[in-house]
Amino acid sequence: MSEEPLAQLAMDFSLLSLIAVGGAITVLPEMHRSVVEMHGWMSGSEFADLFALAQAAPGPNILVVSLIGWKVAGLAGAVVATAAVCAPSCVLTFAVSRIWQRFPGARWRTAVEDGLVPVTVGLMLAGGYLITRSADHSWPAFAITAVTAAVVLATRIHPLWLLGAAGLIGLAGWV
Amino acid sequence: MPFARRMLVEERRWLSAEEFTEILSLCQLLPGPNVVNVAVCVGARYRGAWGALAAFAGLMTAPFFIILGLGALHGQYGHLPAVSASFRGISAAAAGLVVAMGFKMAASRRLRSAMAWFAVVTFIGIALMRLPLVVFLLGAAPLSVVAALWRAK
Repeated sequence: MSEEPLAQLAMDFSLLSLIAVGGAITVLPEMHRSVVEMHGWMSGSEFADLFALAQAAPGPNILVVSLIGWKVAGLAGAVVATAAVCAPSCVLTFAVSRIWQRFPGARWRTAVEDGLVPVTVGLMLAGGYLITRSADHSWPAFAITAVTAAVVLATRIHPLWLLGAAGLIGLAGWV
Repeated sequence: MPFARRMLVEERRWLSAEEFTEILSLCQLLPGPNVVNVAVCVGARYRGAWGALAAFAGLMTAPFFIILGLGALHGQYGHLPAVSASFRGISAAAAGLVVAMGFKMAASRRLRSAMAWFAVVTFIGIALMRLPLVVFLLGAAPLSVVAALWRAK
């Protein structure tokens, strides 16, 4: 196993860590760009599969990077990728949580909050668009994506039921 | 996150409901998964840096090994026709979860103004033009914050 993929994982993911406002979904487009388009570590549909696993499994979705690391460089890759994606944001959170408590209600605080929300929303919608294009290669697949999104928006059903049902539909050979 | 709230506020009473909301709103603003950030903040509040580290490790260790286990299974059996067929369905539904999350956030109170254009521009720049995220954010995020500051005047 060469060292280069490990260094790449560490570099790419620690950078992502600092811009992942809202979690993994925000940086999904950039992860896709790095993992699929730039390094060619896996195909778009493999990437979509790993992300589906991360969503179905317990724990934050960001753990998709553990799977990517595993796929690229085994256990070392998984550890490096996970540490890289967690450490910078955790250190930042630790530091900011101490500063933030000292300035309740400051005007710049509200402006930072109001300014970052629309950008985060745009990133999440972009993530949804790109992962849909990676995952769906047929009309039934697009229909599953659309129905899942609609059901999640309209009801409070647990997402695992939807993933399970979609798995059965796939197993039946309809997708 | 609802589980984290129940544990922290209702069962252990480590935080009041107001403290939880305050910590959560800060953590949503910072990069990283919200639930991880909440753990770091709560750990830091009670035991400083070591508390933050302990909270992080407690939250992440089990899921890390579980997902590697699932990943190994997928690697082993993913090529079987039945498994890859199911995964075509599961991936499609997982994509739907992301789309729903985006729409839920888009319905947020903070977006009902001209600020929503920043969301539109971000979507076009990232999803359609495929601009590199870092470059895009260095331009768009400061502009958006300045616009918010200007609107607040």
